[in-house]
Amino acid sequence: MAKEYPVKIEAHNFNFYYAAKQALFDINLSIPERRVTAFIGPSGCGKSTFLRSMNRMNDLIDGTRTEGHMKIDGVDVYSKDVDVVTLRRRVGMVFQKSIPFPKSIYENITYGLTLNEKVSRADLDAIVESSLRKSALWEEVKDRLHNSAQGLSGGQQQRLCIARAVAINPEILLMDEPCSALDPISTGKVEELITELKDTYTIVLVTHNMQQAGRVSDYTGFFLMGSLIEFDRTRTLFTSPAKRETEDYITGRFG
Amino acid sequence: MILTSSQISAPRRLLGLFAVLIALTAAVAVLGVILGMVGSFVSNGGSTVSWSFLSEFPRNNNTEGGIWPALAGTTFLVLLMTILGVPVGTATAIYLTEFAKQDSWFARSVRFAVNTLAGVPSIVFGLFGVGFFIQFMGNGIDSWFGTSSFGDGSLLWSSATLAVLTLPVVIVSVEEALKAVPRDLREASLALGATRWQTITKVVIPNAVTGILTGSILAVGRGAGEVAAILFVGVTYSSEVLPGQVTEKFMHLGYHLFVLSTQSPDVDKTLPLQYATTLVLLGLTFLLNLTAILIRSRLRKQ
Repeated sequence: MAKEYPVKIEAHNFNFYYAAKQALFDINLSIPERRVTAFIGPSGCGKSTFLRSMNRMNDLIDGTRTEGHMKIDGVDVYSKDVDVVTLRRRVGMVFQKSIPFPKSIYENITYGLTLNEKVSRADLDAIVESSLRKSALWEEVKDRLHNSAQGLSGGQQQRLCIARAVAINPEILLMDEPCSALDPISTGKVEELITELKDTYTIVLVTHNMQQAGRVSDYTGFFLMGSLIEFDRTRTLFTSPAKRETEDYITGRFG
Repeated sequence: MILTSSQISAPRRLLGLFAVLIALTAAVAVLGVILGMVGSFVSNGGSTVSWSFLSEFPRNNNTEGGIWPALAGTTFLVLLMTILGVPVGTATAIYLTEFAKQDSWFARSVRFAVNTLAGVPSIVFGLFGVGFFIQFMGNGIDSWFGTSSFGDGSLLWSSATLAVLTLPVVIVSVEEALKAVPRDLREASLALGATRWQTITKVVIPNAVTGILTGSILAVGRGAGEVAAILFVGVTYSSEVLPGQVTEKFMHLGYHLFVLSTQSPDVDKTLPLQYATTLVLLGLTFLLNLTAILIRSRLRKQ
C-alpha cells in the first residue's frame, strides 16, 4: 500500500469512541505525501470521524477518546506534548458547509495569519493574492476584497474557505465533503483546484460521491461501520476491489 | 362518502363552542386589563407629566413639584447595576457555553444556582444586600481602610443588590445569544489554529453582541422597576440634592411612588403626582423593552 510515496499520515490500530459508543475499529493505513487520498462509505461509517481525528477537531466534543496511534510525520498527534494549535496550523481543514466569517473577503483570509503574529500590510496583501490565486478565486474577487464574504456565491464561498486554509501554509489539507452543497459547475471548479493543490499539499478528502473520489483521488479508502474495509490505489479499488463489501458498495448494491 | 352531514353530536359541538368562547374571553380580558391600566394612567397622569415635572425637585413634603431626583436616581442606579452585573453575567454565560463540560457536576451546579436565583423573591435579595453588601463588605471596607461611608445603604450597594437580582436574566439571555452562533464558525476558527479564547473574542462574541445587548437591556428593564430589593440598601424618600457619590443615598421612581401613595400627609392631593410618576416609570420600562425588541428584530433580519 502506498509504498511509492513517502508516508505523511499513518494510523496504527486507531480506535475512536464517542462516550461509550465505539465509532472506529482498529484503523491501520498510511496516507502518501502530496497525493489526494479519498475516503468513501455510507453515512455514519466513520470516515468523517477519522478525518477529524487527524487535526483533533473531535477534541471539541465532550466525552470522546481515542486508542492507538495517529501519526503525522512520525509524531503521534494525540501524545501529550503535541500543541493542538500548532497541529491545526499544519493541518488545514475545509468543511462541508462553506461558512466564511461574517467579515470581508480580505479579513477571512488574513484571520489565521494574524492570530499569533504581526504581519506587515504588504505581506498580508501578497498572501491574500497568492492564496486567492491558488484557490482560483482571484480574478472573480480582486476588485471587491473588502466587501463582505457573505455576498459570494456558494461555490465562491467554498473556494474562499480553501483560500483561508491555504493562507496559513499548512502541509496537509483535510476536506470534509467540500462539494456536497455545491452545484455541478462549482463542484467541477473545486475538483480542478484539488488536483492543482496536490503538488503542494497532502490532501485527504471525505466524499459521499464515488465518482468524485474516482476523478480526483490517487488513493481511496472504503469505510463501513467504523472499519476500514479496503485501502488501495483508486484505480485498483474501483476496477478490481479485493473485498466483497467494497464491490457491493461501488457497484451500488447498497449504501 | 358523505361529507355534508356532521358525525359530531350536538352537545359535543356546543361544548367545543363553549371552550372557544372561554379562551377568547380570557384573551380579551388580558388585553382589556392592560389597555385599561395604561389608559387610566395616561388619562389621570398624562396632563401632569411636563418638562417641569420631570426636571424639578419635589416640594412641600412630596405633595408638589416634580420627580427629577427620583428619575435621576433610577438612571444612576440602573447604569451602575449594568456596569456591575452585565460583565459578571456575560463571563458566567461564556464559561457555561464555551468552557464547561455540559454535564459536569460544576456546570450543573451553576445552572441550578442560576435557576434558583431567578425564583427568589426580590425582598430576599434586599435582605441579602443588607447582610452581605452593607454589613459584611461595607463594614469590612470601612474598618480596613478607615473610611466611614461604606457601612450604610447607598447607591453602590443598591446597584450591587440589583446586579445580583438581574444576574439570571443576563446569564440566560447571553447564553442563548452565544448558543445561536453556529458551531461551524467556531470549528472554522479553531481549524485555522485559533485558540479557544481567540475564537471566543474574535468570532463568537462579535457574532453574539446583539444578543448580549438585548439581554442586558431586558435585565435593565427588570432592574429599573424593582423596589423591594432596594428598600433596605440605600433608597431614600426625600433628598435635597442628587447623589454626588456612589456611597450616598438616592431617590427612586418606584419607591417614590410608594412614598407618595402611603407616606404622604395628604394622599389624595398627591394622586395626580402618583399617576404621573407611574406613567414615567412605565414609559421608562417600555422604552427599554422596545429598544431590546428593535435590536432583536434587526438581528433577525441579518
